Amino acid sequence: MNGNTVWNKIKNWSLLLPVVALILVMAVNIIYDAVNGNNPLSFFMITLQQTTGNGTILYGRIIDILNRGSEAAILAIGMTLVVSSSAGTDISVGSVMSLCASFCCMLLAGYGVSSTTTLARPLIVGILGGLLMGTVCGMFNGTLVAYFKIQPMVATLILYSAARAIGLLLCNDLIVYVRNPSFAFFGSFLGPLPTPLVIAAVCVLIVSLVLRKTALGMYIQSVGINSRASRIAGLNSKRIIFLTYMLCGLFAGIAGIVQSSRITSADSNNIGLYLEMDAILAVALGGNSLGGGKFNLAGSIIGAYTIQAITTTLYALGVSSAQAPVFKAVIVIIIVAIQSEPVRNFFKKQSQARVRGVA
Amino acid sequence: MEDRTVSQGDPSVNDRKEQASKPGIGDDGVVLTARGITMTFPGVKALQDVDFTLRKGEIHALMGENGAGKSTLIKCLTGINDFEAGEIHIDGISGPVKNHSTRDAQNVGISTVYQEVNLCPNLSVAENLFIGREPMTKLHTIDRKSYNKRSQAIMDELGISVDVTLNLENYSLAIQQMVAIARAVDMDCKVLILDEPTSSLDDEEVEKLFILMKRLRDKGVGIIFVTHFLEQVYAVCDRITVLRDGRFVGEYPIEELPRVKLVAAMMGKDLDDLAEIKKEGAQDAVNNPLEISARGLSHTGTVKPFDLDIHKGEVVGVAGLLGSGRSELARSIYGADKANTGTLMVNGKEAKINQPIDAMNLGMGMLPDDRKAEGIIGDLSVRENIILALQARKGMFKPISRAKQEELADKFIALLQIKTASKETLIKQLSGGNQQKVILARWLATDPDFLILDEPTRGIDIGTKSEIQKLIVKLAGEGKSILFISSEIAEMLRTCSRMAIMRDGQKVGELDRELTQENVMKAIAGGETS
Ligand SMILES: Nc1ncnc2c1ncn2[C@@H]1O[C@H](COP(=O)(O)OP(=O)(O)OP(=O)(O)O)[C@@H](O)[C@H]1O
Ligand SMILES: [Mg+2]
Repeated sequence: MNGNTVWNKIKNWSLLLPVVALILVMAVNIIYDAVNGNNPLSFFMITLQQTTGNGTILYGRIIDILNRGSEAAILAIGMTLVVSSSAGTDISVGSVMSLCASFCCMLLAGYGVSSTTTLARPLIVGILGGLLMGTVCGMFNGTLVAYFKIQPMVATLILYSAARAIGLLLCNDLIVYVRNPSFAFFGSFLGPLPTPLVIAAVCVLIVSLVLRKTALGMYIQSVGINSRASRIAGLNSKRIIFLTYMLCGLFAGIAGIVQSSRITSADSNNIGLYLEMDAILAVALGGNSLGGGKFNLAGSIIGAYTIQAITTTLYALGVSSAQAPVFKAVIVIIIVAIQSEPVRNFFKKQSQARVRGVA
Repeated sequence: MEDRTVSQGDPSVNDRKEQASKPGIGDDGVVLTARGITMTFPGVKALQDVDFTLRKGEIHALMGENGAGKSTLIKCLTGINDFEAGEIHIDGISGPVKNHSTRDAQNVGISTVYQEVNLCPNLSVAENLFIGREPMTKLHTIDRKSYNKRSQAIMDELGISVDVTLNLENYSLAIQQMVAIARAVDMDCKVLILDEPTSSLDDEEVEKLFILMKRLRDKGVGIIFVTHFLEQVYAVCDRITVLRDGRFVGEYPIEELPRVKLVAAMMGKDLDDLAEIKKEGAQDAVNNPLEISARGLSHTGTVKPFDLDIHKGEVVGVAGLLGSGRSELARSIYGADKANTGTLMVNGKEAKINQPIDAMNLGMGMLPDDRKAEGIIGDLSVRENIILALQARKGMFKPISRAKQEELADKFIALLQIKTASKETLIKQLSGGNQQKVILARWLATDPDFLILDEPTRGIDIGTKSEIQKLIVKLAGEGKSILFISSEIAEMLRTCSRMAIMRDGQKVGELDRELTQENVMKAIAGGETS
């Protein structure tokens, strides 16, 4: 009886599917290593390594995944809120990342300068500028969606196509390099830990705290489930939707700065490329309905790292970067299908039939 | 579990079930039988071993308190619910029938109007009537002209004046309900199921519906009719099946089950729901200071400018025909539809209301009539639904502690006798009447000075209905003001001391003396008013 209730608890755990998906990806790694005569657990190995630039750092495939998946994880936070409140997705986040990176680097290098090692302005000005740019983009999207009632996909299509170009304009059509250690910090290491991971963790922490300590979480879900009823009950539905888009823009700004810091430059054409897809997939993989309403932030974060784990695994398996997207697509389809209603119902019926058979 | 004993007057509730000669398919005139239907939801035994028999050409009332399992049984018949045990047989089909969708049910001749209107608000009335079975032209395209014409004819025949080419969302809940009925009735069927079709209809529409039902009965259709209005049962039904707590209580010919006995069978105890409610001090309330004073308030397209005063401690009713602007009047005060003209004084001070939260901050609350579209937050729990408005008024940064939330939820679940597996159950899993109680609880939790109640007892069973009416009078006794809208005039007569009369979007007068059914009806229909 007791074992039964534990099993039931696991079955009803909201993170079950995203966690299972992550474990599956890990299992593939273990099997692959074992078959190739490597230590089957090498995927999980974390070692300390001396580097010339960053001192002693943690090293290993897991650390690599956590490091590289950070931008998608940061984006997934904002995307989760947007999906919940408006039943739509913000497809501009990748481009907005690029715009924010360009704006930040332009501020730090000075307009028209293509490469610099000294900062033209204090670092904080560049960072705040980038974040502000992201927030403004989010407010633009939010205004269109919440107040002009434009379909989210269409509303965010505007910045999806325009933001990169604006970024190039700000950089005078150049790739601006900011080869300064203080700027590079956001993409390298904080002590032994990758800074992007630390930044992602801080973002998640702050957002979870806000969701827990205020009624924001309930407001967003309530509006997402039934915005008319929420309005009658005294919520300002439009303002809440606006707020989620604004936050999504802010997180795109953070992710943009992290990525440009990694490569110490603002490469308008490549920063954040296709990352909006990863962010949306992360939300879906996390077990969140793209139809809005109830959301699960932890699920989205796990989803984001799962996607990165898939990518890293594919490279480890020797799949070329040109073909990786195909495999990724197949894997994602399988994982999303497992979570879909018909498949879930199918399994539910199977287990019910079993229970009845026993009884 | 304790076995609730049935009162003495109750006719042979238990032995009826054991009757050996239960009619089945093949017997004279039986179109549908359900035997031993059992259905459980997580934590709830919604139906246990329930039997139901429907004969050709009868109107069969399915009765029971909120959460008794009426809608669940209906959804088992139509294939929405997947029941665990039991069999359904339908005349003309050999072997047990198992429907898997409403479509399956239609194919075997069962046509249904569900409790919650589930049409598409952003399609036109005509499209809603014909969706899934559109008439085609020779070129296999949808024949718009023909179905617009046919739709108009159907609605005209029902005596409902609508423009069928307009989107459904432009019309009130009552009209939407009529469209749902028209859609079901228009299909050739052997069995017609109506789950609380009259919950937001006026007497006049109810009358039209009854004429329609009787016509179908005479054509041989078996009709299942769910309602909480007992008068309606006695007006049209031939037979009654009673459920209680998911169990079959009995099946009775209408003559054998007078009102008192029916109530006893449903509740498992006697209830005097017609006890006079004392409106203490109601007459003096007019001497109290004004809570609400509207001058020339209007909302373009729905209500013409009106004046309305409501004193502290007063219950004011709004009476009018369907579409006369009753709800719209209330909505323009509350800011649900922002008033375009006029001034509103709240508590002696001029108020600027742009949206509901502004009204709430002035101590108002509004229970809307359309609970599915404007009331429930389906995927949130009962607890969250109860505290939502209170939380919204406190503001995002002052979250109500979990302990306080649970305390409130427990309090109202007990006070309104909300039947739910737990306070963490999602509200969408509650029965219709219990959802309504949760929304009422949401507003009571905000402790408003002025409460607008638009059809507050919609879908609520008779036992709780009189409790709610008493509660309204009690609130007024505490100095709260209430604006009460109901399509059931009798209900307003029992609670209101004054009534505003609406006609064609205009407030045409008020009645404050000699409030009787007859006078109110006369005023609504166009007699002189003071
Ligand atoms: N989808 C669901 N999930 C869980 N429980 C449910 C679900 N639907 C109904 N129930 C439960 O089944 C019981 C019977 O509900 P049902 O809707 O049949 O009542 P009803 O007789 O139609 O009541 P009402 O008069 O309020 O409409 C209730 O206790 C309800 O909470
Ligand atoms: Mg029901």
